Amino acid sequence: MRASRALGLSPRAAAALGLFLAVMLLLPFLVNAYIVSVLVVVLFAAYFGQSWNIMTGFAGQLSLGHALYVGLGAYTSAALFVHFGLTPWLGMIAGMAVAALAGSAIAALSFRFRVGGVYFALLTIAFAEFTRILFDHFGWVGATEGLFLPVANLAHDDPVRLRGSPVMFYYLLLVLSLAALVLSHSLLDRRVGYYWQAIREDEEAARALGIDVFRYKIAAMALSAAMTALGGTLLAFYDNNLYPDTVFAMGRSIEIIIAPIIGGLGTLFGPIVGAFLLTGLGETMTNLSTYFEISGLKQWFYGAALLAIVALQPSGLWPWLSRALGLWERRR
Amino acid sequence: MSAALLEVRGISKRFRGLQAVDNVSFAVPPGGIVALIGPNGAGKTTTFNLIAGAMVPDGGSIVLDGADITGGRPDQACRAGIGRTFQLVKPFGALSVLQNVMVGAFKATADRVAARRAAWEILERLGLAEKAENPAKTLTLPERKRLETARALATRPKILLLDEVMAGLRPTEIDQMVRAFADLSRETGLAILLTEHVMRAVMALSHHIVVLHHGQKICEGAPEQVARDPQVLECYLGHAQAAERPGA
Amino acid sequence: MLYLNIIVAGLLTGAVYGLMALGLSVIFGVVRIVNFAHGEMMVLAMYGACLANAGLGLDPLLAVPLVTLTLFLLGYALQRGLINRYIARPDHEQFLLLLAVATMITASLLMGFGPDARNVQLGYAYDSYQIGAMLLDKVRLLAAAGAVLGAAALSGFFRFTRTGKSIRACADNQFGAQVVGLDVKRLYAVTFGLGAACVGAAGCLMLLLVDVQPYIATDYTLLAFIIVILGGLGSMPGALFGGILVGVSEALSGFLVEPSFKSAFSFGLLILVLLVRPQGLLGRA
Ligand SMILES: Nc1ncnc2c1ncn2[C@@H]1O[C@H](COP(=O)(O)OP(=O)(O)OP(=O)(O)O)[C@@H](O)[C@H]1O
Ligand SMILES: [Mg+2]
Repeated sequence: MRASRALGLSPRAAAALGLFLAVMLLLPFLVNAYIVSVLVVVLFAAYFGQSWNIMTGFAGQLSLGHALYVGLGAYTSAALFVHFGLTPWLGMIAGMAVAALAGSAIAALSFRFRVGGVYFALLTIAFAEFTRILFDHFGWVGATEGLFLPVANLAHDDPVRLRGSPVMFYYLLLVLSLAALVLSHSLLDRRVGYYWQAIREDEEAARALGIDVFRYKIAAMALSAAMTALGGTLLAFYDNNLYPDTVFAMGRSIEIIIAPIIGGLGTLFGPIVGAFLLTGLGETMTNLSTYFEISGLKQWFYGAALLAIVALQPSGLWPWLSRALGLWERRR
Repeated sequence: MSAALLEVRGISKRFRGLQAVDNVSFAVPPGGIVALIGPNGAGKTTTFNLIAGAMVPDGGSIVLDGADITGGRPDQACRAGIGRTFQLVKPFGALSVLQNVMVGAFKATADRVAARRAAWEILERLGLAEKAENPAKTLTLPERKRLETARALATRPKILLLDEVMAGLRPTEIDQMVRAFADLSRETGLAILLTEHVMRAVMALSHHIVVLHHGQKICEGAPEQVARDPQVLECYLGHAQAAERPGA
Repeated sequence: MLYLNIIVAGLLTGAVYGLMALGLSVIFGVVRIVNFAHGEMMVLAMYGACLANAGLGLDPLLAVPLVTLTLFLLGYALQRGLINRYIARPDHEQFLLLLAVATMITASLLMGFGPDARNVQLGYAYDSYQIGAMLLDKVRLLAAAGAVLGAAALSGFFRFTRTGKSIRACADNQFGAQVVGLDVKRLYAVTFGLGAACVGAAGCLMLLLVDVQPYIATDYTLLAFIIVILGGLGSMPGALFGGILVGVSEALSGFLVEPSFKSAFSFGLLILVLLVRPQGLLGRA
């Protein structure tokens, strides 16, 4: 009960969340390996969405290049592991630091020069693409040939070296996503969260209330980038191979942001709801289209579904869903 | 001279070909209520923007409580003790009324509970308490203006800059607001600089009036004195009808 | 002399880029929407030219009027029927909307044409003119000439026609335009149509130079973004100038460094310009 109060939930919402958690905890025992692998994709999407949500949903700065931080986290930890045998947990911290630095630098450059709105969004794409091409030529991490983590056939999972089964990654990601949920909630409830939202709603008014907008925007970007990079490390050790053209892909940046948008930008549960919906949708489409064997059909339905959502629930599914289920989220 | 809380010394601002503020000087004493009046386009809002750091003056200086704050950023001006409202209101639309005011209150404290308490107090004082949980975007325009005031007040300023916060109010509501501001100033020693086209409020509230016209100060003095000034009557009475129009 | 040839080739290709980006710039300048489906529309136009070639035996140059008109109508309908409702909505909603449109365009092309690259066979594909030591490809010259003509036509439209002038008034002051009784909705639709028409023409011309496949759409979208930001979002001469700049930069870096590095140079250029002169090279401050 204390935990539910800490999250600011009504009893009913707390019960729903508890039920959801219990199901998520038991799920790997109940379903087959394919479903587990899909759930891992869901949790990656949820976690990346939660990380991005801090920058764009809370602080209101539209970043379209978050694959950059996935890639920095993934490559930093993987390269340190491959070349020096450094444990991924330390590599993860290094990756987070690199990403936070890159994020702050990009944000500082942009905001110092008053690049905002659409221009900022396009600038984030430019940095991500630029980095992708650099990594294409970065021999130390394999360039276009890719960087591979040695796959050991272990008898049991080894969380210390992050070598293990999808189930292990499932639980790691579940914990991570929960942690991100608690962190997001606690941030929103503090001065920094209020300030971010004020900046999102009206920068000039925020300034007039004594908020150092520049500093708070950079803080949002640094945190969001570091969290994203953490997920990047897990992704690297889950996939075991890294290619610049997939890790830093523009398509990944876009995937990262679709889930929170259709779930409900700036809400706590939106990224999670969006991740389930989107991944589920994608998997269904893939399975359906293998029956019909028409290339493009999957993407077509996917596009149509996005269109339907933006037409019917432009502010996202979670606000609507939570009202329908009587689980009012107290705060946006 | 140094007794003044806010001292504006010869500030100017030019927009392309237009001299919006031209070498304007005046002072607000501690706890004083000064009105800045003048017809539309006289340069009142621009003067506010210069004082609050939203614009940098071309010349002149602004001294608050002995410290030169000329050319500082808006957030620095706020932390120095200037609270301001916007004539074109800028609510944080998605946040509740209470949260809007809490954003202001967080300047004085990082503690959420304390900020909440401070915000409630201000909402009650300004008669917005019933709306506390409503999203700010659902407020009417006069309510939004009051929210502007509440938010600025929550930063605990030494001086409050009010830019036409009473526009669009009914006469009884104006009287309420006038009383609220007078009480506030008397009880807390808050200084107020206001612009207002509603003469009823200006005359009732202010101790001292500064008149701008085409960016220049044409007269200042006690309310009765200014009201009799032939120059003021000339520039102002021509606009009197427009000036009484709500929302002008 | 080799350098001169490379620069000139880049310049000519850049003119076509410029025409494509012009469409994006016009749409943003007036409707204030960032068309994230721009590259998809470009690829659609290229396939249109392919179809006209395969079905009617039309040279892509002769297909320009047909494809341009088709894209104009598509753009008009898209704005009128769908996008107009999102004009005042937050950036991320507009982004999602256009992303959905883009996804559906690419998917439709995949369904219709499959993932393989296509091109048109031209009798004059390898013709070239020799001017002194300079060697000019005929296709490139034709494409660039077409692009410049297209841009000139658009500029003439904005300067001399009633609708064009109204659109400019609308871009300067939407509220004012409404007050004087302009039908803003229709003007927006016309503008979006014109932006799409630029892409239509550019797509036909581009087909003279490169193959087409559905998945290159994103690259064109990014290319158009780079160009308009370089030149200044909303500035018409800026778009052409930016296109030529990118064309030359691509050609030079492809030759001097490595072909795969050419877009890195464009992105680098973009980052530099955004930080030094955020309004773009020819944009108004
Ligand atoms: N940012 C700006 N750029 C250009 N001109 C401006 C700007 N802000 C104000 N002006 C011009 O400066 C002059 C003074 O404007 P200001 O808003 O200060 O007047 P005001 O006294 O507040 O008028 P009102 O009573 O209508 O609020 C006006 O002519 C206005 O058009
Ligand atoms: Mg004003």
